[in-house]
Amino acid sequence: MEHGSLTDLRSSTFSLTDEDHTLANSARFALNKDPRVEFCGYSIPHPSDNRVNIRVQTTGDPAKEVFKDALQDLMVMCQHVRGTFDKAVVDFRESEHDKEMKIDS
Amino acid sequence: MPRLSALDMPDVPKAQLPPHLEQQRTRVSCKSDAPLHTEGIQYSGAYASMGVDNSLRLDSFSKNFRVEVVRLTEDEIEFDMIGIDASLANAFRRILIAELPTMAIEKVLIANNTSVVQDEVLAQRLGLIPIEADPRLFEYVSENDTAHEKNTIVFKLDVRCKKDDGRIKAKSSELKWLPGGSELQMASTNSNPSTNPNAKPKTYTSFNCRQDSLPEFSHKPLRPKYGDITIAVLGAGQAIDLEVHAVKGVGRTHAKWSPVATAWYRMLPEVVLTQEVEDGKAEELVSKCPVNVFDIEDIGEGRKKAVVARPRACTLCRECIREKHWEECVDLRRVRDHFIFTIESTGALPPEVLFTEAVKILEQKCERIIAELS
Ligand code: SF4
Repeated sequence: MEHGSLTDLRSSTFSLTDEDHTLANSARFALNKDPRVEFCGYSIPHPSDNRVNIRVQTTGDPAKEVFKDALQDLMVMCQHVRGTFDKAVVDFRESEHDKEMKIDS
Repeated sequence: MPRLSALDMPDVPKAQLPPHLEQQRTRVSCKSDAPLHTEGIQYSGAYASMGVDNSLRLDSFSKNFRVEVVRLTEDEIEFDMIGIDASLANAFRRILIAELPTMAIEKVLIANNTSVVQDEVLAQRLGLIPIEADPRLFEYVSENDTAHEKNTIVFKLDVRCKKDDGRIKAKSSELKWLPGGSELQMASTNSNPSTNPNAKPKTYTSFNCRQDSLPEFSHKPLRPKYGDITIAVLGAGQAIDLEVHAVKGVGRTHAKWSPVATAWYRMLPEVVLTQEVEDGKAEELVSKCPVNVFDIEDIGEGRKKAVVARPRACTLCRECIREKHWEECVDLRRVRDHFIFTIESTGALPPEVLFTEAVKILEQKCERIIAELS
């Protein structure tokens, strides 16, 4: 859910249910790395509420679009992490296999 | 004299941070009293006044991100993750512990328990037994769902210690899979068999088919991952007869669903000698370190000096800088974007699959929020 003003789209607070530090902290990282973001932070209003509030203030672009872009970036990063990790595991298995072959021969 | 900005002075390199700031940005310093500069600097404009861009572009992330596997066994993986921020590394760790589903025993139907272990303690112990079942093949069961072959695994435990057996142990290997579902009959309201003699007696599950007739399980029977876990010790004449229902869940609800024994990371230690440490002092330094980070090197003429040989082994116990004046010779740091990640699986899924699944979950979270905002 987005809380912001209708006239000034540059700043908004996004209230996300069923999320915690896991997503909020990563999203804050991605937002902070975006040059269009002027300020960004998050808080968990109450520990027994399953909710985080992410505040985004931009230098001009609509906060919602910037936030969505940040999440999109995060997804691309995750995909890259997954690809790199899978490749590293395959490489490791191969090198282990090669080592075993050498010992056997 | 024309006014000259400090940044335009010839000895200030352009688009590059001065060394002390660069070190602050990329390293955590460990001083003898406390660590220094622990917070990462994320804000893209943090160094704007120096003409340094601190934003992150996806292509530079892709170029710099590396993974190197150090150790990989059936239930453990250690790998280096280089070029990623702590917020993401921590997100993966948190997801591994609390948000990856597994199957765990949630319901225990006790028909008989004359052992010294009370029912509730026994149920708690059973819940913690890791089940070797791929959680991706199962569905979550919600409050009003009936237990069926897609969301429940049923095991039964029936052990009895005969009068002259002395004392026996009930092990987890004695949990027998019931692919056809529960065998315990419900105390039904219309138990009169004459009304409908063909009706199957109502049990605590309603499986539509046997689980071992499904292709995913027909070759691989479902069972506890380890057969040597002691559930209870039975004395002569004591018996346990019960049935357990395992369902899918996540570690956030209860730690028994956590797929990892532990998942943790540490940042790569960096040990730097800021001064030459020679002769007697060198030997003293080598003997200070409990994990042998330092070595002695001969520099000719019968002189010796200390060198940092195995920085990765450093536990940052700070013993080497505890005493006076040593802090001036030894600088302990951690590399901020280099994580030594270790995952110990409890057995439901291999550790490398756990990590990829964790990354997928973070992706799904992002996707969900994007969809919600659109
Ligand atoms: S901090 Fe501890 S482990 Fe690390 S180099 Fe010093 S004495 Fe060795």
